[in-house]
Amino acid sequence: MDSTGIAQRRTELDRIRARRILKARAWLLSPALLLIFCFLILPLCIIVVYSFLTPGTYGGVVWDFSLESYIQFLFERDFFDDTLAFSPAYLQIYFRSFVQALVTTIVCFLIGFPTAYYIATLPERKKYMWVLLITVPYWINLLIRTIAMLFLIRNEGPLNYALISIGAIDEPIKIAYTNFGVGLGLIYTYLPFMVLPLYAAIERFDFRLVEASYDLYANQWTILRKIILPLVGPGIVAGCLLVFIPSLGSFIAPDLLGGGKKLMIGNLIALQFQGSRNWPFGSAAAVILMTMVLCALMVYIRQQSKSRIPLH
Amino acid sequence: MNPTRDLKRYPGFGGITWACLVFLYGPLIVIALYSFNEIRSITVWGGFSFSWYVKAFNNDLIQRATYNSLIIAVSAATASTICATAAALAILRNRAFRGREASIGIISLPLMVPEIVTAIASLVFFVLVGIPLGIGSILLAHTVFCIPFAYLPITARLEGIEGHYEEAARDLYADSWQTFRYVMLPMMFPGIVAGFMLAFIISLDDFIITNFVAGPGATTLPLAIYGLVRTGLTPEINAVSTLLLLVSIFFVTLSYLLGKKPGPGR
Repeated sequence: MDSTGIAQRRTELDRIRARRILKARAWLLSPALLLIFCFLILPLCIIVVYSFLTPGTYGGVVWDFSLESYIQFLFERDFFDDTLAFSPAYLQIYFRSFVQALVTTIVCFLIGFPTAYYIATLPERKKYMWVLLITVPYWINLLIRTIAMLFLIRNEGPLNYALISIGAIDEPIKIAYTNFGVGLGLIYTYLPFMVLPLYAAIERFDFRLVEASYDLYANQWTILRKIILPLVGPGIVAGCLLVFIPSLGSFIAPDLLGGGKKLMIGNLIALQFQGSRNWPFGSAAAVILMTMVLCALMVYIRQQSKSRIPLH
Repeated sequence: MNPTRDLKRYPGFGGITWACLVFLYGPLIVIALYSFNEIRSITVWGGFSFSWYVKAFNNDLIQRATYNSLIIAVSAATASTICATAAALAILRNRAFRGREASIGIISLPLMVPEIVTAIASLVFFVLVGIPLGIGSILLAHTVFCIPFAYLPITARLEGIEGHYEEAARDLYADSWQTFRYVMLPMMFPGIVAGFMLAFIISLDDFIITNFVAGPGATTLPLAIYGLVRTGLTPEINAVSTLLLLVSIFFVTLSYLLGKKPGPGR
């Protein structure tokens, strides 16, 4: 066989092999991708469609196109003459949730950064221990952690009881069922979500840069601000998103710690599917939340294209 | 000692770290302590007792919910771990192919969408398609949601295994199934177990999604606990919560120790 013949046979073999790999890959990938497509991506698309439909009388939808859900979001329709009046009630819920999520993210960062930094600079064995200590609460049931917080801070709970018995206060401090209580609960639940990605980023930081900066007469805080923070930037963005996104759509903390009095986005959406039974409006509220989340994710993707640090 | 150690230190960082630890564990320890409180009071300490655990064990609702939760968690974790293992093999064993990034994106999608949105989207979908709400719908929703959680430790493990092993197996005339069964699977096993355990606790613990897709009949443990909390905090809740806490701590620690290297689990 001449050399071109051999080359031809080889390319043919390569092609057969490539096809086989392709087939195997498709088989391996399809269960996970199909499941997520059918039971998450498709449902999300349906939610978008539903947000443009008319609510049915007993829940569900009537297949008539309508912008009513989005109009209802901004305006109040007068019951008698059908005129629209601007009403900020729902906007306020979104604004309140946004502020709550933002404050949670900032406080988590202020506590989380020193913690992550301290752990990352420990010797190997201690580091391993500490990361486990932070990882464990990360995976513990949100519901139970929120209940534990509620239990602790109630008016008649152990915290107030202890403070009263040592004479620090005369009456219980009201923390539960306030905005502060909800914030505390959110910080409590999402703090590990901040520490772990920050830790991952700081651990990869090259501390010889710190030595170099000292050699150039920079002081400690200048180094932190100008060298460390910018270089662990992607980790900071990842941590902030991991706190911000779930806080924005949180349901358990406002429900249990806020006593369901001040609605947040999560509770507003839940209500439309449980109590009020206005599915199109609930879908619209969810679509708006998703849009906010997508905007936040865009920030992350732009950051990530600059430097590669994984979100997880 | 390494002279750079001192340069790295910032005043107060150690203190904040310890405060953070107290903050994270304080409420959990308090709730665990009070579950052993002899008297019904949830404020005053009245002596040590296991009575609330006994009471919780004998509660019909809690028994049924625990049974449901375990069945769902084991099935969902098994299904999602199989899917995640297959996907991890396809994605990591083929360095570059079209749609690789997209596949990774789709698999991590359940982590990006706020849980409340996933919950109502699943509900709407099940109702529209006509899948009856109950154990089956919970199982489906959990399987989907658990895939990324199982996927991460498995890929972390697989990334540490070099391609030579597979090539060597092929050179020795192993077919692709034998390569997987006798070469890859034993090496991937710790990662697969870690993935299974994370998926298991995620499913066992899930409240929001379950709350929407459960329908009227089916109750899981978190749903039962939530129902009890709505009517008021009791030491019984503390007891059940403490047990669930211990289960989570056990599985997370085990999964962490099985992991490839010290680092964040997710």
